[in-house]
Amino acid sequence: MKRGVPLIITFVVGTVLIFSVFIPPMENLGENFTLFFDIIAVFAFFLGGGNLLRVHLTKLTRRKRDWEYSIVTIVGFFFMLACGLFKIGNPGDISASLTAEGSWFQTIYDNVFVPLGSTMYALLAFFVASASYRAFRAKNREATILLIAAFIILLGRTPLGTFVTGWIPDSFSVLQIPNLAIWIMNSPNLAGQRAIMIGIGLGVVSMSLRLILGIERTYLGGEDK
Amino acid sequence: MKRTTLILMALVVIFFALSWIFKAMAFKGVEEHYILQGFLVTLAAFLTLSIMSFLYKDNPFYKFAEHLFVGISAAFWMSMGFWSTIVGNLFPRLSEGMSNFFKVHYIPGDYNFFFYVPVILGILLLMRLSRNYGWISRWSLAFIVGTTAGLNFIRYLRSDFINQVSSTFVPLLVDWQGIGHFFSSLNLSASGQFIMMLANWVIFLGVMCGIIYFFFSKEHTGLFGRASRVGIWILMITFGASFGYTVMGRISLLVGRITFLFRDWLGLNI
Repeated sequence: MKRGVPLIITFVVGTVLIFSVFIPPMENLGENFTLFFDIIAVFAFFLGGGNLLRVHLTKLTRRKRDWEYSIVTIVGFFFMLACGLFKIGNPGDISASLTAEGSWFQTIYDNVFVPLGSTMYALLAFFVASASYRAFRAKNREATILLIAAFIILLGRTPLGTFVTGWIPDSFSVLQIPNLAIWIMNSPNLAGQRAIMIGIGLGVVSMSLRLILGIERTYLGGEDK
Repeated sequence: MKRTTLILMALVVIFFALSWIFKAMAFKGVEEHYILQGFLVTLAAFLTLSIMSFLYKDNPFYKFAEHLFVGISAAFWMSMGFWSTIVGNLFPRLSEGMSNFFKVHYIPGDYNFFFYVPVILGILLLMRLSRNYGWISRWSLAFIVGTTAGLNFIRYLRSDFINQVSSTFVPLLVDWQGIGHFFSSLNLSASGQFIMMLANWVIFLGVMCGIIYFFFSKEHTGLFGRASRVGIWILMITFGASFGYTVMGRISLLVGRITFLFRDWLGLNI
């Protein structure tokens, strides 16, 4: 029951989906299973929310380190949930869009969620710059190629690239940094991406087969869990 | 908390309270709810600066913003999932009464009862929170893994393997009108014949060499080794380009936040 049933489910679902491609009456099965997947994913979001609540309530009740901030998480969670799930502060009736203009949900999204999310990602610019300063030393030929490619792409997407090489005549226009950046993106970069994608494709196919045939079982976790 | 930390926090609170007042005054006559609007802009600025304060070191403001983000994003995705998937796709197939309640269009169908399967599996997934019956959630997980494996098997075989291989076989002679014409019109124009041909050669040979680099069943020596070396160079260009592209994406986000702080919050038109 603990390991056998999940292996059978994986095998049956995976096999049926692969065969559905070859059998026209079963063509819609892929679409329906994707919908099933989305529905289960929503339950997984609820599981995640429940788990988050459990972790922070435990932290709060046991007065663990930084427990004060758990209050912020819990209050933020419940407030957003009330605005989202119960449409509190939403103009119109229950059929009105969750993201309607002026709804509390959309207001929190615009003024809290977006500033926090985009600043977190923007912060990575500093860490990437710091890491690249340490790692990008033109120690050998490969590192130098990487450095030059990155430099051209960075310059090519700023006005400085046009300013520095704008004087180059049209018959040599590929040497203008913005054009060179485009050429790198469309040729050597595409070739490298394609080689990686072919490798990924083969890897995913073999991993899918291993999962369907029950050779790969790590997703089941430990025996007694 | 230390006394100095408390004093600093009090000063920050006073600063943003003043900012709220000034911002509300600035919005007066422009916005209907100018006090609320002033508060929202000030709050967004406070949260932006709180996250940025991590550049100095971990501090209470960053921790506050980080914990708020975690709570809000969890609830955001739960709400979006509920309204778009459960209300939008599940209820219309399961119950006419629920569809009427949520005012969504009911979709009748002979096989709609199958939609109880993901509901049952979803409920089983929640058993993960139980100590004794957590193992039952593996059944739902198995369904997710099986669906992903089945769909990805075909999807990746088509898009990442077959399509990519077939796209690699490009014409190596572009607009070919003879060798004389080729040399007479030879130039380095970005849209010229030579550069177009060079691009196709680089794509074809680059993919071959890149794949050779990933082929580990044969020792990388001789001609094979040289091709593998070219493959590394191509991959290095790819990594460099991806890095440059990522950095530019992050910097544009940073520019967006700084523009918000200077223009929307401080009201400076720079």
